[in-house]
Amino acid sequence: MSKERIQISEALYDIMPSDYQDLVKSATYGKEDRGWKDIGTSKELIEQHSLCAGCPESMAFRYILASLPNPEDTVMVGSTGCTSLVFPMVAVHNIHSLFGNQNAIASGLKRALSVRFPGRVKDVVVLAGDGATVDIGLDMTLQAWFRQEKFTTICFDNELYANTGGQESGLMQKGFVAKMAPVGKLFDKVRLPEIARESGCHYVVNCTVSKPSLVEKVIRNAVHVAREIGPTYLQLYTPCILEIGKNSMEGLQEMRDSEKPTERFAYKEYISEPAKQLLAELAAKDKERKAAAKQLAGQASA
Amino acid sequence: MSDYRVLPGPEHFLPPAAASMGISLPNPGEAHINGVITSEDKAYEEAARQFLMAKVPTIFPGPLVLWAWNEKAAKKATAVRHLFNTLKECVQPGQKPMLIPMPDYRPKYPKINPEVEINPNHPNLTIWHNKIDCCMFIGVHCHQANLSLKIIRGGTSCYTIAMCAQAGHEDAMLSFRDASVEKIMRLADTVKRLKGTVQPRLTSAKNGASS
Ligand SMILES: Cc1ncc(C[n+]2csc(CCOP(=O)(O)OP(=O)(O)O)c2C)c(N)n1
Ligand code: SF4
Ligand SMILES: [Mg+2]
Repeated sequence: MSKERIQISEALYDIMPSDYQDLVKSATYGKEDRGWKDIGTSKELIEQHSLCAGCPESMAFRYILASLPNPEDTVMVGSTGCTSLVFPMVAVHNIHSLFGNQNAIASGLKRALSVRFPGRVKDVVVLAGDGATVDIGLDMTLQAWFRQEKFTTICFDNELYANTGGQESGLMQKGFVAKMAPVGKLFDKVRLPEIARESGCHYVVNCTVSKPSLVEKVIRNAVHVAREIGPTYLQLYTPCILEIGKNSMEGLQEMRDSEKPTERFAYKEYISEPAKQLLAELAAKDKERKAAAKQLAGQASA
Repeated sequence: MSDYRVLPGPEHFLPPAAASMGISLPNPGEAHINGVITSEDKAYEEAARQFLMAKVPTIFPGPLVLWAWNEKAAKKATAVRHLFNTLKECVQPGQKPMLIPMPDYRPKYPKINPEVEINPNHPNLTIWHNKIDCCMFIGVHCHQANLSLKIIRGGTSCYTIAMCAQAGHEDAMLSFRDASVEKIMRLADTVKRLKGTVQPRLTSAKNGASS
């Protein structure tokens, strides 16, 4: 759907709930340099959700939705887990897949969209938990990367199966004891970022969502590289405060603690050569556009 | 022909799909009342009567008319508004016509606000909250309308009307097919014509939808 079609019939405008009116009036669909700074001054593409109070997944959702470069022409693919409680409240087209199937669904979807809309940019973004990405869906995750499918995979890594009460996941740390994994994890956290790189992903980042500007940067890069070159992967630490015994206000600090240089979520990035070239070109164009806009603004005020 | 009749509920927690009970859809130019194929003329009269009888006659416009996808959608929206305004003019004191949107179909969690919207996955909440005893769906895609109509028949005593743009809805108590601006306007005209001739159900002991 293009943003021009997101209009309410005039004769029934007044009866539409205000969240829809606000979306049409002040959401940033179609805004070229949309980003996290729009939060607070425009309608966000997320409504009230039912995650636990203070859950970092909600921060991650807000920053990601504010940063998608092309939300009106993006389809997100979700999977079962805490994230699936949020998708009904997201104003971007989205598909809920069977647990673990998300990258298979996204592969078919991306191909179908390019056949159906050949002249139009359509982005596909998978967003799923670590259980869906690394355990039950690992086959689909990897096969999509091997096949060089052109979409972004985002994993909300909370290091366990949160939605079902805290079972062990492949991304859990070694030795960690969870409510439903009392023995403690016996092997290391699966090194999915490295596996992603070796499996053909052109842009891979492992980080937390403590900094909105960083989330914006990696989301834009990942979507642009996927659009033009091939698969991209973001592994974002969104700690499950409920399962690790933290209070609502402690999620941010937990992320800050875990992104220190020696910790497991220290910023880690891999960019393939073609992706580096593309990002450099995009950065140059962006600079040009901003300089032109500045000049225009200068002329207007003169 | 089936003996089954599509009647106001509450029928069962999960009522059968009317189609599975042998109810078939009207042919072009026809309608159905309670699952019995009838002329469109009769359906206009009956729909208008049900509206004028109800304590809270309500129109539920769905996404196909709420959103201005094209000119036709916007025109239908205007006709829906006209029908609602006509209803307001034609009811008696104590009756409370409502116009409540179904903006989309996502299963809204954690809650919906039943005062301002209806959701196809739990339409009964809006019906119960507003004590709606007669409603009309318009501009709701077939599958979602059928789902909703069945839930309403299952858990409430609300009379359901479908102004369907396709082949009609067997799960509604009364259904038109091939809905157009003209058909909506004709229903409004019928409501106007029957104004004052129908006794509202205001005094009955069990008004509104039951739970
Ligand atoms: C095919 C299938 N298997 C199992 C489940 C049960 N299930 C629901 S959510 C969930 C865990 C989700 O964990 P994760 O992907 O890490 O997401 P989180 O809830 O932690 O965000 C499981 C196993 C399911 N819904 N479907
Ligand atoms: S269970 Fe954990 S991951 Fe899920 S919403 Fe609550 S805090 Fe967030
Ligand atoms: Mg998880």
